[in-house]
Amino acid sequence: MRTPTQRPGGSADALPPATAARLPGPLALGRSRVGVELRQLFRDREAAVFTLALPMILMIVFGSVFGDQELGPTGITFAQYFVAGMIASGIVYTSFQNLAIGIPQERDEGALKRLEGTPMPKAAYFLGKVGQVCLVYVLQLALLMAIGVALFDVELPSTAAKWGALAWLSLLGLTTWTLLGLAFSSVPKSGKGASAIVTPIILVLQFTSGVFFLYNDLPSWMQQFAALFPLKWLTQGMRYVFLPEEAAVLEVAASFEMPRVALVLVAWTALSAVLAGALFRWRRRGDG
Amino acid sequence: MRGLAKAYGTLRAVDGLDLDVEPGQCVALLGPNGAGKTTTTEILEGYRHRDAGEVRVLGVDPARGDRHWRARIGIVLQQVGDLGELTVRESLRHFAGYYPDPRPVDEVLEQVGLAAKADARGRTLSGGQRRRLDVGLGIVGRPELLFLDEPTTGFDPEARREFWTLVETLKDEGATILLTTHYLEEAEALADRVGVITRGRLVAFDPPGELGGRHTGSARVRWTEDGQPRSEETEEPTALVAALAARFGGEVPNLTVTRPTLEDMYLALVDEPAEPA
Repeated sequence: MRTPTQRPGGSADALPPATAARLPGPLALGRSRVGVELRQLFRDREAAVFTLALPMILMIVFGSVFGDQELGPTGITFAQYFVAGMIASGIVYTSFQNLAIGIPQERDEGALKRLEGTPMPKAAYFLGKVGQVCLVYVLQLALLMAIGVALFDVELPSTAAKWGALAWLSLLGLTTWTLLGLAFSSVPKSGKGASAIVTPIILVLQFTSGVFFLYNDLPSWMQQFAALFPLKWLTQGMRYVFLPEEAAVLEVAASFEMPRVALVLVAWTALSAVLAGALFRWRRRGDG
Repeated sequence: MRGLAKAYGTLRAVDGLDLDVEPGQCVALLGPNGAGKTTTTEILEGYRHRDAGEVRVLGVDPARGDRHWRARIGIVLQQVGDLGELTVRESLRHFAGYYPDPRPVDEVLEQVGLAAKADARGRTLSGGQRRRLDVGLGIVGRPELLFLDEPTTGFDPEARREFWTLVETLKDEGATILLTTHYLEEAEALADRVGVITRGRLVAFDPPGELGGRHTGSARVRWTEDGQPRSEETEEPTALVAALAARFGGEVPNLTVTRPTLEDMYLALVDEPAEPA
């Protein structure tokens, strides 16, 4: 195809510089993407319930059924133990589940192909996802803490160290699970099948990582399996944040092992970055 | 575009295809399913990489097209079902933000006839309205070149006419348009030139009235004589009609002169047996 702007052997620089200068930047477009991502999530009732409301529903149901059981001589109730696990799970829901199910659907609908055909910088798409994940997580965290305090006598973190730990656990947890969500979004063959693959994975990790049961009571092979994945460590870290010091006796090592939690999460962040870079794709297999 | 080729395994989807489109033209690509229309278009759009050949779209190799190049083209894909939860206006406003010099959103809404649906969610639109939104998103960046891939598949005849009017308006504004379609009357109504692709090759590339020698080929003259229908195929229909007029001494009963339709020419081009390898 020829146009008047073509030069012999024409290339991308055959362009008026005025146009070049005015392409909107990735940060401004990333912000615009966050708005679009949030609107699409909250207007899609299924996705909103699945991502935002599920951990709250689980917290209320499980907390009410088993909440009064006291765990050993510590005076800590199962409800309190469970609140910590559900807040850790909330990270997985808002980032990993949200992206690993949502992106295959976007790919099926042609949304990603449409975006690829525009001058949108690809970074803006990822910024939009990160912004959406972070804002939904903060909202969910606030609601889960409010439910925990109001219904299950959970106490908010009492020291600056614990608030600080909540911040870095959230940051590392969201980063790892967001990257894993981007990587895993290439696994399901179709958008429809995505939740059938993603949901069981999350459930297995939750059962083995000490979210629904006392981790200390699980068979040791199960503990060792869960220790390979980041949810176990996030859950343990959240117990440090939300349970009193005495609760450390409920841990396998009789300590919350916070340095080790940090180390494992940093290692997983690095690994998931590699996986996301290697696996994320814009189009379905066989489409270009 | 010169000697474009693309193979999937042993299937040569596009096999040595040449095509030149002049600025401001509307070119329609016709061809049976699997002929290589979409593969060709997607190579031009930068979605697929070619195996061989030379391609320039707006002076740029689409395999290396950057954001500046993307800002100058508009793409209307087949079968897109996204943006269901955003309103028409929100979608247009958002996509306008990707371009350096977008059209005002209200102007696009008017152009694609969705002003009344501006605040409706994407998923509530009818098929025709959705397609208009797709076109709106394709033109919001003021593209110099617009790709329309089977834009009216599944439309009722009225929606199709309205869509054609929209494309005419875009042509009048000077946009270059590359259209793929299954509908011959669509190509005839919109295109300055029609390319027929079959088995990955361009077998004809002519103005719709001249496709495959339609304007010079033989015509069929039909009339009634002695109560019997008669017909004759001739290269010189005027001479035949004059001879008949002389024979009948005036009006020739039931006289018609027909040239092959675009559809006749298209079917003849597509049905030609494969050349021996």
